[in-house]
Amino acid sequence: MQVNENFEPVIVAFCCNWCSYAGADLSGTNRLNYPSNVKIIRVPCSCRVNPMFILRAFQKGADGVIICGCHPGDCHYTSGNYFTRRRITLLYSMLDFLGIERNRTRLEWVSAAEGAKFAATMEQFTADVKALGPNRRLEDLRCRKQ
Amino acid sequence: MQEAMIKRAKELLADGSVDRVIGWKRGEFAYDMTPAVFTSAEELDSEFIFDDFTSANVSKYLVKETAKEGKILAFLKPCDTYSFNQLIKEHRIDRDKVYVIGIPGGPKLDIEKIKAKGITGILSVKNEDYTLKIETLYGEETMPFSEAILDKCASCKSKKHVVYDELIGEDGDVLDSNRFDMVEKLENMTAQERFDFWRDQLSKCIRCNACRNVCPACTCENCVFDNPKSGIDNKAPADSFEENMFHIIRAFHVAGRCTDCGECSRVCPQHIPLHLLNRKFIKDINELYGEYQAGADTTSRAPLNTYTKDDCEPSIVHERGVE
Ligand code: SF4
Ligand code: SF4
Ligand code: SF4
Repeated sequence: MQVNENFEPVIVAFCCNWCSYAGADLSGTNRLNYPSNVKIIRVPCSCRVNPMFILRAFQKGADGVIICGCHPGDCHYTSGNYFTRRRITLLYSMLDFLGIERNRTRLEWVSAAEGAKFAATMEQFTADVKALGPNRRLEDLRCRKQ
Repeated sequence: MQEAMIKRAKELLADGSVDRVIGWKRGEFAYDMTPAVFTSAEELDSEFIFDDFTSANVSKYLVKETAKEGKILAFLKPCDTYSFNQLIKEHRIDRDKVYVIGIPGGPKLDIEKIKAKGITGILSVKNEDYTLKIETLYGEETMPFSEAILDKCASCKSKKHVVYDELIGEDGDVLDSNRFDMVEKLENMTAQERFDFWRDQLSKCIRCNACRNVCPACTCENCVFDNPKSGIDNKAPADSFEENMFHIIRAFHVAGRCTDCGECSRVCPQHIPLHLLNRKFIKDINELYGEYQAGADTTSRAPLNTYTKDDCEPSIVHERGVE
């Protein structure tokens, strides 16, 4: 596939307040770099992410969406992320079924202590989405910027 | 069958066991059978119909009917009993207000398949030994019964009634159905082919909402698609995104609760194969979280309402099927 070097993807990252958002914070205080393409949206729990949020993100111009939450077993609300896991697995599988590129969606567990994992995950995900090019299959033409 | 049903309904009305009966009556055309409520023996005698076109699932109507006073008699085909059970599980139907008579299922007929043969001006359709005798304005036509079977009946999953108070006719078994064949076929296509397939299909959607309105799993008082702030209420899709969103969210909302009754695809005026989306979820649930049939019972937890500590990760999507 042809990669447009000038293309900078928009990445929306839904981060849970208790683990991943703190993980993002830690990567900042540790002066670790992660791509400025990543726009973080803080949610109380990864389980707060309604499938509609993910679709809306794509509609409004995201090229990739990643959800980050506490590791299974570590949820601040005990079991939220277990429900996230089932729900998001089925949703991503459905997006794949509709022919939308698999690499545009991801889920990663990032704890408050994993600043380095946060930075590395975002680096990798941004690169993967960049390789895919702009989101065309799940975009809203009326929202296209360029 | 129709006579036996009317006779039994009249008995139950007469002895006061029920106050109303829900079944089917003729609509504008002879093949246009629509759910209807009957309150007297006279109405039953003159209007009640049970034939090859009474395919509509009446269980969803019971949400409104059981909110009223009195008891209602419902005739349920095997597939309808699954929807009925699921509605009881979701506390949408008051079981005590319904007397269920289980009746045999299809295969029922699809008038669109008859019309597709170029047969028009249809006045009546009779099944004589599995040959359809079709009376039209322009004379009589015939075609094999097997070529006009409704899709949902052709991939029937069960002839067994999962709930009833009494049965008219025999009970059947859960069947070995081929209902996931097309899902599998799609899974084995490339992402681009799948994308093109769904663009072809979903771009036909006129957002009439019939699929939602008929669905026994879609009984929300306030549906997301009626929310004026959503920007997508009461309108046809203006962009491919809106088509995708409607279909992804509708199917997702019924994931784990959809009994695969087949009503959504049956009513779609645009012939969009909505069942493929529902069945994709059912198939995934079966494969990833264990076999589950919504509506088979009223006690088990729905797959998305529960979890296990060692469920697979979403990255499994990358390991399955074709990219
Ligand atoms: S019934 Fe068909 S056309 Fe109507 S909203 Fe559903 S999918 Fe679209
Ligand atoms: S989604 Fe379709 S098949 Fe599933 S319960 Fe609703 S109407 Fe029936
Ligand atoms: S589409 Fe969703 S919100 Fe609307 S009635 Fe169905 S389940 Fe409820």
